[in-house]
Amino acid sequence: MSCWDIIADYGLRSIGIGERLLPRSDFTLCHQFTLIGSGMIWNIYFGILALITGFVLAVSLAVGKASHNTVIRKTAEWIIFVFRGSPLFIQFFFAYFLFLSLKQTFPVFSPLTSAWAGALVVLFLNTAAYSGEIFYGALQSIPKGDIEAADAYGLTGLKRFRRITFPTMLRLAWPAYTNEAIFLFHATTLVFFSGFPAKRQQGDALYYASYFADKTFNPFVPYPILAGYFIVLTLIVIAIFGAINKRLNRHLPQQQMSKIRLKMNLIR
Amino acid sequence: MRCPIFSFCTDPDTLGQLQWFLCYFTTAKHAGLYVAVGTVLLLLAVTAPVALGFGFAGAVAARSSFLPLTLFGRGYIAIVRGVPDIAFFLFFIIALDQFLEWIRHSIKCPDWTDPIRQGNDFVVCQAAKLPLGTAPQWVHETYGFALAVFTFSIVFGAFAANVLFGAMQAVPHAQTETAAAYGMNPRQTFWRIVVPQMWVYALPGLGNLWMVLIKATPLLFLLGIEDIVYWARELGGIKTARFTDYPHGDWRMWYFLALLVFYLAFTKVSEVFLDRVMKRLTHGQATAGGEAQRKGMA
Repeated sequence: MSCWDIIADYGLRSIGIGERLLPRSDFTLCHQFTLIGSGMIWNIYFGILALITGFVLAVSLAVGKASHNTVIRKTAEWIIFVFRGSPLFIQFFFAYFLFLSLKQTFPVFSPLTSAWAGALVVLFLNTAAYSGEIFYGALQSIPKGDIEAADAYGLTGLKRFRRITFPTMLRLAWPAYTNEAIFLFHATTLVFFSGFPAKRQQGDALYYASYFADKTFNPFVPYPILAGYFIVLTLIVIAIFGAINKRLNRHLPQQQMSKIRLKMNLIR
Repeated sequence: MRCPIFSFCTDPDTLGQLQWFLCYFTTAKHAGLYVAVGTVLLLLAVTAPVALGFGFAGAVAARSSFLPLTLFGRGYIAIVRGVPDIAFFLFFIIALDQFLEWIRHSIKCPDWTDPIRQGNDFVVCQAAKLPLGTAPQWVHETYGFALAVFTFSIVFGAFAANVLFGAMQAVPHAQTETAAAYGMNPRQTFWRIVVPQMWVYALPGLGNLWMVLIKATPLLFLLGIEDIVYWARELGGIKTARFTDYPHGDWRMWYFLALLVFYLAFTKVSEVFLDRVMKRLTHGQATAGGEAQRKGMA
């Protein structure tokens, strides 16, 4: 069986297209590369959707935490504290069992007990809390002069936020936000180890990597492959976010541009 | 399975609400959960200093002027930080286990001729198995725990090395230059000037790391240890009257809610504590924070 056949059979296995049974013996390197790569579809799906939806909530949380209204401020602070102060792993478990019991009384919740929706909700709230804190920090460090200048030009309220506060906040927060995006992608590997079932063995990259490690008793092949895929994914994320960073800073003298410094040191 | 602690627990069917819960939470099975909480605390207590030691060694190695040592230090920091942490946990625990067995195998069974990797199997002689197949249960558990502690220490050592490396660089140059002017050699400068002053720069990073370490403890579950996640799933599942005196529905949600609250409380307490330590360390330092404290007192 050539490698192309294997790719045709297993390339989209993680979303249920192709061969039904996973390979059970005679594992080749091609099998491992294909299946683990196929699992990356889920990591990318969770990562991208959680990032996009989380961004909106994160900005609201940041603005909420900086708000003068006590109720809004306290609510935002609590959401951020709960999701940043507890392990993502436990959050996944809790959410899964919460959705399970909700499903029994309200059948509407039944999609949330499967990974594609339920885990996404958790990741969305989690990344929103982490990025919200980053954006809040940036909001606090906007130069006073910028706001005063905006006042002098007669910009107020929403207009000032849209034209001055928001772009500056984004520019200041972007390097840290890039790291957050990378961690989010790394965190997606937790999904199928935390309660959410991998239906019909459709799992993410780590799910297949540990499948191979279990079957072959040899961790030295699948995990480095997984690591390789993640390094590539990380490089792509850095490239995209770097391009955005350049655009956000395009009006500044080039020396002042804040470089994105990789800082990969967080487990959730 | 009768509750040994409270005498009124002998017949759970007749109990009132409060007493029922009192008895329920003191069953022998729940002791496993409490032991697991203790395991988490023990893991933190052991890992934190060991990882700090690894981190210090890594940072010193990365700073050294001896090239192989520098490369080793920087490589250690870079490799561990570049890979998704959970993959590293899963990988490292098997790799370390096989490495130890392989070494014992080479020593104890030198006349073994079969290859160790037979296709998909990893085969060592019986005497090299770790722990021995005949060992009692607690040896297996302790061995698993020790492997977990070591893995955590390696991973967090790399993070700590990174933080300490940055902190050592952050000590103002004027300080080390002054030390050199006073005739201290590099070793004296390092131990008497850099190390005492670096902590104030390292503490925010180390504090962050401590929080991350707390939040990483549920990963013990993935390393095959009967930790709090295991017990929460075990105890929370539906129990029918046939198998237990305390039947209940699916309570896993509540158990995990309790874990969530446990971790939130733990991180909150740590946060308050770290703030205090930071305040003390900042005292009298030549930093903006120290200056602000001085002005506040005046």
